Amino acid sequence: MNAIVQFENVGLRYGTGAETLSDVSFTLARGGFYFLTGASGAGKTSLLKMLYLTQRPSRGLIRLFGDDMVTMARDRLPLFRRRIGVVFQDFRLVAHLSAFDNIALPLRVAGTEERDIEKPVNEMLAWVGLSDRATARPATLSGGEQQRVAIARAVIGRPDILVADEPTGNVDPEMAARLLHLFDGLNRLGTTVVVATHDLHLLSRIGNATMMHLDNGRLSDPTGALRYPPRSDRAI
Amino acid sequence: MALFSASPADQRLLPEGRLAGPMPWVIAIMMVLTVLAAAAGLALGNAASLMERDLEGRLTIQIAEPEAALRESLTARILTEVRNLSAVGRAAVVPEQEIVALLDPWLGKDGLEADLPLPAMIDIEMIRAAPQDIASVKNAVQSISTTARIDPHSQWLGPLSGLITSLKWLTLLLVVLMTVATSATVVLSARAALNTHLPTIEIMHLLGATDVQVARLFQRRIALDALFGGVVGLLIALIIIALIGQRVGAIGSDLLGSARLDWMGWAAIATLPLFGVIVSTLAARFTVLRALRQSL
Repeated sequence: MNAIVQFENVGLRYGTGAETLSDVSFTLARGGFYFLTGASGAGKTSLLKMLYLTQRPSRGLIRLFGDDMVTMARDRLPLFRRRIGVVFQDFRLVAHLSAFDNIALPLRVAGTEERDIEKPVNEMLAWVGLSDRATARPATLSGGEQQRVAIARAVIGRPDILVADEPTGNVDPEMAARLLHLFDGLNRLGTTVVVATHDLHLLSRIGNATMMHLDNGRLSDPTGALRYPPRSDRAI
Repeated sequence: MALFSASPADQRLLPEGRLAGPMPWVIAIMMVLTVLAAAAGLALGNAASLMERDLEGRLTIQIAEPEAALRESLTARILTEVRNLSAVGRAAVVPEQEIVALLDPWLGKDGLEADLPLPAMIDIEMIRAAPQDIASVKNAVQSISTTARIDPHSQWLGPLSGLITSLKWLTLLLVVLMTVATSATVVLSARAALNTHLPTIEIMHLLGATDVQVARLFQRRIALDALFGGVVGLLIALIIIALIGQRVGAIGSDLLGSARLDWMGWAAIATLPLFGVIVSTLAARFTVLRALRQSL
């Protein structure tokens, strides 16, 4: 298995409270599709934060793309973040920027020349079906449209990993199905996709997805599929 | 010039207009005060230098002999003696009408018309004004008349020159304090802007923006505010300086008139807005970078 993410005995504690996550160990394969489920407060968002590098663990080892993220110098992290696309339930679009500029943001952050931005952004707008809303500000877009802009922004930099935190929480079931279809399409292009969700109906829509379940800060892995090396190659 | 540069797209990331908020106007006020203080300091510095040059090596010998014939004789002998000294450049008797003009404000015409004996005075300009040179003049004078008085000019105007020099340093201290106050204002403004734009900054970080990329957005914007405030402040201060200059010219005082700016002074004042921009930009940069380091 070609591991892209590796967590080993990761624990996370905020302040002096009890551990939010305890002894979390798993490995994600490059090009895999993963669902992360669990009740509210189980630690899904905390786990994802460590995955998209805005939170360091209190203990344990995290390796992304083969590099140790726990001891990595802070000023090197941005380069790794550019390889990870993130989609939030509340979209987190920049309110005063148009849909076009929101989608273009990762390219501009990465220093892409302006002349090389227009074409991929327009392609991405077309991919999410928003070509006619390029100049619209987020406030004038519907929830589903905002989520599609957020997805386009997350994937325009061709990330190696796409992390989505409750991406269907604020959209209707039809839009949820469309978003999942977009994720599936990306996954087929080789992107590792991790979707945190409450919605167990989504799980049945992606046939080859692996489920990770968090329960009170601990990761259930009854099949051992997420361990490295895995107990069963079939599950990955 | 990466310190100031940002693409048009980057500029759009911070939504507020350039002149939104009080920052540019606070900087303009600071700049008015800084320019006035700097101009006063430089002008007083010039006045102090001029005064020191004028006073240095100038002496007056006063021969207060009531007998006119003896006074004239002593004056002639002293004049001859001091002219022979190598340290003396020029020595001349002060004409009586000048002495009368000097005393007129105090004694009035009636007082001068009375049979009042006036002292004779010799004005001396030294080539060298070391203590031993001044002592040689004293020795020469006292070898002829023990009652003749020698007054170095620096003795009369020395305290005034000292006061002007103190004022010069005081104004320069004010410039430093203004610079510190401006930097503190920028720091507060940068922190407020950081809080206002925190959601945008978090998104940028998430997308892989470096601290320097984020800081550049703020420092560029604050640099523009500082440039606007600096130029406005400079123009207002120049108008005030011109008005004060007119008033001083109308007084016709040599002392006040000597407090003027030379071309180097004007050049230094013209660079103050640029200095303000650099100080503001660096203050904003360090504030933003320091704040960003608190997050991962």
